[in-house]
Amino acid sequence: MSPESLARMSNMAIYSSMLVLVGAMFAFAASFAGGRRKPADVVVTTEVGAGGTAVITRTELSVVEPGRRAANIGISLSWLAFALLLAGVVLRGIWAERAPWGNMYEFSITAALSVLGVYLLANTRVDLRWLGLFVVIPVLLTLGVAVTVLYTEAAQLVPALKSYWLVIHVFAAIVCAGAFTLAAATAGLSLVRDRAEKRGNVEGFLSARIPDAERLRALTNKTLAFAFPLWTFAVVAGAIWAENAWGRYWGWDPKETWAFITWVVYAAYLHARSTAGWRGNKASIIAIAGWAAFLMNYFGVNFLASSLHSYAGVGS
Amino acid sequence: MSQLPPLSNTGFLRWIWRQLTSMKTALVLLFLLALASVPGSIYPQRGVDPIKVRDYIANNPSWGPTLDRFGFFEVYSSPWFSAIYLLLFISLIGCVVPRVGVHFRAMRSAPPAAPKLLDRLAGTRTFTTDKDPAEVLNVAANALRQRKWRVVMGPQGAASWVAAEKGYLRETGNLVFHLALLFVLVAIAIGGLFGWKGNVIVREGSSFSDTLTQYDAWGGGRYTDAQDLPPFSFTLDKFTVDFERGVAQRGAPRAFEAEMSYKTDPSAPSQRALVEVNEPLVIGGAKVFLVGHGYAPIVTVTDKFGVQIFNDAVPFLPQDGMFTSTGVVKIPDSTPRLGLQALFLPTAALDEIRGPHSTFPGPDDPALFMSAWKGDLGLDSGTPQSVYRIVTDKMSKIGLGQLKIGESWKLPDGSGTVTFVGFKRWASFQIASDPGKELALVFVTLSILGLSLSLFIRRRRVWVKVATLDGVTVIQLAGIMRTSTFDDEDIGALSEDLDGVEQALMAAEVIRGNLEEER
Repeated sequence: MSPESLARMSNMAIYSSMLVLVGAMFAFAASFAGGRRKPADVVVTTEVGAGGTAVITRTELSVVEPGRRAANIGISLSWLAFALLLAGVVLRGIWAERAPWGNMYEFSITAALSVLGVYLLANTRVDLRWLGLFVVIPVLLTLGVAVTVLYTEAAQLVPALKSYWLVIHVFAAIVCAGAFTLAAATAGLSLVRDRAEKRGNVEGFLSARIPDAERLRALTNKTLAFAFPLWTFAVVAGAIWAENAWGRYWGWDPKETWAFITWVVYAAYLHARSTAGWRGNKASIIAIAGWAAFLMNYFGVNFLASSLHSYAGVGS
Repeated sequence: MSQLPPLSNTGFLRWIWRQLTSMKTALVLLFLLALASVPGSIYPQRGVDPIKVRDYIANNPSWGPTLDRFGFFEVYSSPWFSAIYLLLFISLIGCVVPRVGVHFRAMRSAPPAAPKLLDRLAGTRTFTTDKDPAEVLNVAANALRQRKWRVVMGPQGAASWVAAEKGYLRETGNLVFHLALLFVLVAIAIGGLFGWKGNVIVREGSSFSDTLTQYDAWGGGRYTDAQDLPPFSFTLDKFTVDFERGVAQRGAPRAFEAEMSYKTDPSAPSQRALVEVNEPLVIGGAKVFLVGHGYAPIVTVTDKFGVQIFNDAVPFLPQDGMFTSTGVVKIPDSTPRLGLQALFLPTAALDEIRGPHSTFPGPDDPALFMSAWKGDLGLDSGTPQSVYRIVTDKMSKIGLGQLKIGESWKLPDGSGTVTFVGFKRWASFQIASDPGKELALVFVTLSILGLSLSLFIRRRRVWVKVATLDGVTVIQLAGIMRTSTFDDEDIGALSEDLDGVEQALMAAEVIRGNLEEER
């Protein structure tokens, strides 16, 4: 097979994957809109009112269960999109004759693959169908930016990237991209749900269709407990590589700085989770801040700062 | 508002210490650390690029110096940044070290006796039995021991219990993680105090020997002996580069290779090595890294009598990705003294807006654009001179010239002729020794291991209790999570632990039935 046709097939696979993802997005949206109301749960909260009298409030929480059939279609389509995207990334690697992580376009399609993969795998263990819409949208956006703004033809690598550390360091970082994105989605939803719960009204379009805030927080925590050691590893692998390539393992290059900031923010998240008074919304906000720092590292540093990590291959 | 009781000095210190080692302070310090790191990615840093810092201050005369005063160009060694991470580490020590003792005792002590009322715990299971309590408890204890639980048996009697605990490694991992981070900091400090690094530009065919005077820039730690560098030397025999010629990423580097011959000390035999970007050369406890490259145009100058007064390859510094390079040629042996300020363009182009510039980093069409000066080069002033700049204050311009390879330019005032003979390539090397880096790697690896243990291991307790209720002997199984936060999945795992004990009791046929059903 000629190299051109490999590249073309890779692009075709990625465009097809995007098309299928649009379908998945509609399916998830339909499942959201067509949810059915489940019988109400009754929650009794006790508050000590003025004068020491206990005030007992009974709140009837009705829950809307997202439409099952549409959600199942969404999941199936997501798996199909995942397979297509995987094919696109693998073909790109075969075409370039190296790990397909040489520029921003390739990082982005792999990051999209990772977000989707982490979500679909997690969904096989815990029912996360309700989260589908919030995963598919960022994946589609990432792919959209990748094929329009970041696309590059270049096959070969700059010398600094020619190392087996590329595979180790970048793979770990990309899996973290998936997990961080997922955690930010559940953290964000937990804030929405928490507000609704505090007002005693979870009938809102969104809040009625997502699990309760505590469960969303637990999911966020689980995802980040997995991602944080991996991120630590990714940063350390990067440091070992930097020592080998540039003669120092840490030099406060903007990319390194933001990797450090991301690490510190997620460390703060884990500490917040075991600090009284910080476990709830504050921890969720920190999880979102960590994701923002990660995005800053991923996009911001490549476009704004002059960094040794300028491999974006954009605009040239 | 109520008045706070006056604190004694020691009371005040204790209060400070308690504040400092509280989790909330650690949180605030972590936020501060993240925040304080940001300016270092916005402003140029001296440790990374001192020239950029100088230019930044020169271009922002109003606030550049103020930023400099507050350490914004050396963020990571500034007092405020250091204060934050030192406080964070003190807080870490204050928080973690006492917990080491507590955990050590906890690991050696027995799990506590079963609470009086197990049925208050969520997920308690109750069975009936006809067997002797001691037999039941032995079965349960053995099953738990087999699954690596730490088990304690209650006193013998008609009503007794087994207590078991598991997952001590969670706290061990947590402590290892934090303490290992502390040692990573120590390893970094060792590298900073005893390490050194230097940069040098070496032209093709030239040599370098590892002494202080040969470096273009060198920096060592407080306890580095600059007179006792490893006595190696090397020669750059050949330097090969390759650039992308396709449309996408045109001009991006594709390969750098430095063919070198080196000696570990002056009397050692010469060895050959190929140094590439990810393949440093290791000699005498130091590593030689290839970090950059450029062009050194070969220029000869003859005086008005036709006598050659200069012949050398002069390294020029690349200014952009296409290797538009600038440099100067100083000719001390001429009267009056001559100086050339020049641009070397590997693939020359000239346009109205950008002036002379290079359009490709490879030497497809090299050209030298220069202005010639005569007068006082400042070589006799005694102050150190940059080899990349000429101070033209006390000089006058002779004229402007442009040359292709092999061409000569007769200076307009007749004082001599400049010939552009050709070019050599140069490579820049960073040579570094960091005696702390292996230690840093060991401890950072330990910290990742500890971190994983502390996040993935569940610490929990299980009790098995035998008691007589209304003339029926009952067995109760119950457990609790021993972590501050846990979710459904953790509860599920605990429930599986109880399943395990229940199955062992079933298998040993000590369970008669379920209490609820029998009632």
